[in-house]
Amino acid sequence: MTWLLRRLVQALFIVLAMTIIVFVGVNVIGDPVDVLIPPDADQAERARAMVALGLDKPLWEQYLRFLLGVLQGDLGRSFVYNEPALQLIGSRLPATMELAVTAVLLSIVVGIPLGMFAGLKPDSWLARAIMAGSILGFSLPTFWVGLMLIMVFAVQLGWLPSTGRGETAALFGVQWSFLTRDGLAHMILPALNLALGNIALVLRLTRAGVREHLQLEYVKFARAKGLSPARVLFVHVMKNIMIPIVTVIGLEFGSVIAFAVVTETVFAWPGMGKLIIDSINVLDRPVIVAYLMVIVFLFVAINLLVDLLYTVLDPRVRLETRE
Amino acid sequence: MYSIPGCKSESTAMSEITLEVQGLSTHFETRAGTIRAVDDVSFSVRRGRVLGLVGESGSGKSVTGFSVLGLVDPPGRIAAGRILFKGRDLTKLGEAELRGLRGNRIAMIFQDPMMTLNPVLRIDTQMMETVFAHAEVSRREAWVRSRDALGMVGIPSPEERLSAYPHQFSGGMRQRVAIAIALLHQPDLILADEPTTALDVTIQAQILAEVQRLARDHGTALIWITHDLSVVAGLADEVAVMYAGRIVENGQVSQVLKRPMHPYTHGLIGSVPSRNKRGSKLRQIPGMTPSLLNLPTGCAFRTRCQQADEKCELDPPITAPAEGRMLRCFNPQLEAIV
Amino acid sequence: MSATVPLKEETPFRRFVWEFSSSSLAVAGFLTAVVITLMALLAPILAPQNPYDLVHLDIMDGRLPPGSESMSGMTFWLGTDDQGRDMLSGIMYGLRISLGVGVGSAVIAGLIGSALGLIAAYLGGKTETAIMRLVDLQLSFPSILVALMILAFLGKGVMNVMLALVIVEWARYARTARSAALVERRREYMEAAACLALPRWRLLFRHLLPNCLPPLIVIGTIQIARAITLEATLSFLGLGVPITEPSLGLLIANGYQYMLSGKYWISFYPGIALLVTIVAINLMGDQLRDVLNPRLQK
Repeated sequence: MTWLLRRLVQALFIVLAMTIIVFVGVNVIGDPVDVLIPPDADQAERARAMVALGLDKPLWEQYLRFLLGVLQGDLGRSFVYNEPALQLIGSRLPATMELAVTAVLLSIVVGIPLGMFAGLKPDSWLARAIMAGSILGFSLPTFWVGLMLIMVFAVQLGWLPSTGRGETAALFGVQWSFLTRDGLAHMILPALNLALGNIALVLRLTRAGVREHLQLEYVKFARAKGLSPARVLFVHVMKNIMIPIVTVIGLEFGSVIAFAVVTETVFAWPGMGKLIIDSINVLDRPVIVAYLMVIVFLFVAINLLVDLLYTVLDPRVRLETRE
Repeated sequence: MYSIPGCKSESTAMSEITLEVQGLSTHFETRAGTIRAVDDVSFSVRRGRVLGLVGESGSGKSVTGFSVLGLVDPPGRIAAGRILFKGRDLTKLGEAELRGLRGNRIAMIFQDPMMTLNPVLRIDTQMMETVFAHAEVSRREAWVRSRDALGMVGIPSPEERLSAYPHQFSGGMRQRVAIAIALLHQPDLILADEPTTALDVTIQAQILAEVQRLARDHGTALIWITHDLSVVAGLADEVAVMYAGRIVENGQVSQVLKRPMHPYTHGLIGSVPSRNKRGSKLRQIPGMTPSLLNLPTGCAFRTRCQQADEKCELDPPITAPAEGRMLRCFNPQLEAIV
Repeated sequence: MSATVPLKEETPFRRFVWEFSSSSLAVAGFLTAVVITLMALLAPILAPQNPYDLVHLDIMDGRLPPGSESMSGMTFWLGTDDQGRDMLSGIMYGLRISLGVGVGSAVIAGLIGSALGLIAAYLGGKTETAIMRLVDLQLSFPSILVALMILAFLGKGVMNVMLALVIVEWARYARTARSAALVERRREYMEAAACLALPRWRLLFRHLLPNCLPPLIVIGTIQIARAITLEATLSFLGLGVPITEPSLGLLIANGYQYMLSGKYWISFYPGIALLVTIVAINLMGDQLRDVLNPRLQK
């Protein structure tokens, strides 16, 4: 339990540090006066606006006010949409989440079988092709792959829609694309695009794990017990390999949400990634701040969860933390 | 130390040969050339008897064990020979038939108990899956069998220990678990590949006694692979000495240890510390084990052998210098060990 | 591979060249990188057109497919964009920006990161903890997010993009330099140098640094590819370089709107150029890793 407490304090500390960085970044490096006050305003107007916004106060006081706002979930109103920034982010969060979750599922469903095959038959031409493809998956820029997907599957072949979420249906009061056929069709290309890097990653991890573990003594012992190759592979080897893979997938979930910025822009997917890019372009400061705070919070939460999950998965770690 | 009960008459024992290996060769094809890990090896072991397979690491004893189980992976393959298990040639069997024998009629115990059990599966999973692999029984029945096997090898409170993970056991206890798994189906043959090397001496002695008792009680034939002659002296009925993939000498333990004929066996016995006088220099075999890729022609031991002459550049034939003994040497040492 | 004995006397450099060229893919990558670099450097001479000199542009030539001829009789091998710019020329000039930003930021980040990493390893204690904590914190956030944050604060511009890339990249160099230095520090020559009572800075830069170079070179190569990719991504998102200095990423973004109507070439060819550049550098990097430090992980 002390371990969990320590991790929680650590996480809290990181969030606090990020509030400082974001605050300093927005209010010190970027000058909010330029953003908030029309350039043709005269001195008196400027001064009045600064007092109204609290910008005449000392910096530490401004920070404390900002921090108080963060604690109360009040990060200002969007200039563009004229609604609370946090609420705006919240309304876009489901779209990003369903895309990110689908992408992670895709990377598991595609990456693990391909990786297992490449690990079992490393010298076959198909395994070599898979590995070569995975290098491309790593090195190709996400946005370029997205463009190519649109060009081939939407423009040339006309099989799949290229932009937007398509039809949505409500569940728990939130609109989801994955509940309708049309929405699902709209999700395929962006989800695939977002998943590509992770497919390559999961595939390589699985392959390396299979190759390493097949050499180990416990596999030979399992075979000497007369177990079927399927049981040796799917139970003995996979259970061992899944521990690092699950950890990595968990950690990558955060980076999938971050990279959704790119995919959402390419596919005009109305999630929070597209929102932040639009907001940066029109300097909608409260939305930028709200996005950064939300994503930092998500990241820290994911890291914490993965740590917990790891201790649950690995019996060796589980015992140590218990004692 | 331990004597084998001589109650069985020689004739019935002869009729109950569990395993007979004839002219077995297992080769590994590598880029650097063919490695003859096992080269024209023959031996047999009878029901309830223990054969000690002795040699340095790399002499091919483990590969011999894996060949019997059909667990030699590419680039290795059985190039020649027959492996007769209760009269059936295992080299002719398909993978499915072999799998039916593994862990069932033929079981194997490995060297390092820290490595052989799967670290992330509970002991009950690892035992019960072995039961299910060869018997159609209920989960309850499989659990009972597993518990009984654990109890048989001397693990206290087996019910509780079944739901533990391997890392919660000590090395000796893990090896007992591995032995219990090997015993689950009361096999006809157990191959034990240096199962006590990684353990403390006291635990080693306990496990030796345990295995010997179990083998005797169930009439199981046992092949004990080791580099340690003193283990063989206490445990085995017969001994086969391997060097560079070949059996150089083979016979009753009492005879071979008392009157070794091959210079290599001589050297091995001479280098057992307890045989050396306190304060005197430990006797050693000169030189190094040759690489299997680069073996001398003829007798592989000749470059380290004090008896060697030009004859030894040819392959020494197998001879039977005495009743029940086999030797592969041109210049046997005939005087007894003092 | 290394078992073959070279006939000439073996200098470390010759050995390196020989081992590097054992992979034909890596050699192809190297040659491609050289050609691309030359194309970028010599763009003003090689390019059929100066795409930023408005005198040469004719709006009537806009969005012509590859192989078309201009009003003045010039052939646009890769077509034109909406302004009537020759895409081939645009790509060559775009490469200048992409490579310049990528290599420039990688070098600066390399200098800063390596220095901090070496200092961490050499001084140890609180300094090391502080630097490495910062490295860990930063590496736990994806590069795109960090860059996005910085550009959100600073606004777009070539200098700001480079600054963002440097901030994103330094941590990886620092980690690599530190771990390499920790290994080297325990070697005998370091003790010998310390016994000779050489000044600290000399020990650090003349003895420690050169021996940490191989892994840093490997990381540096891969980081250049990453920097180019990230810059292209940021420019594609409209957060990177300004429209007056278009890199490949911005060229691709400009053509994006026309792609849905089938005018693929405005985005496609700059994309291919970007792709070839990144793959060529990565191929080199892979082989460098094998040659310089077999145990180094990605």
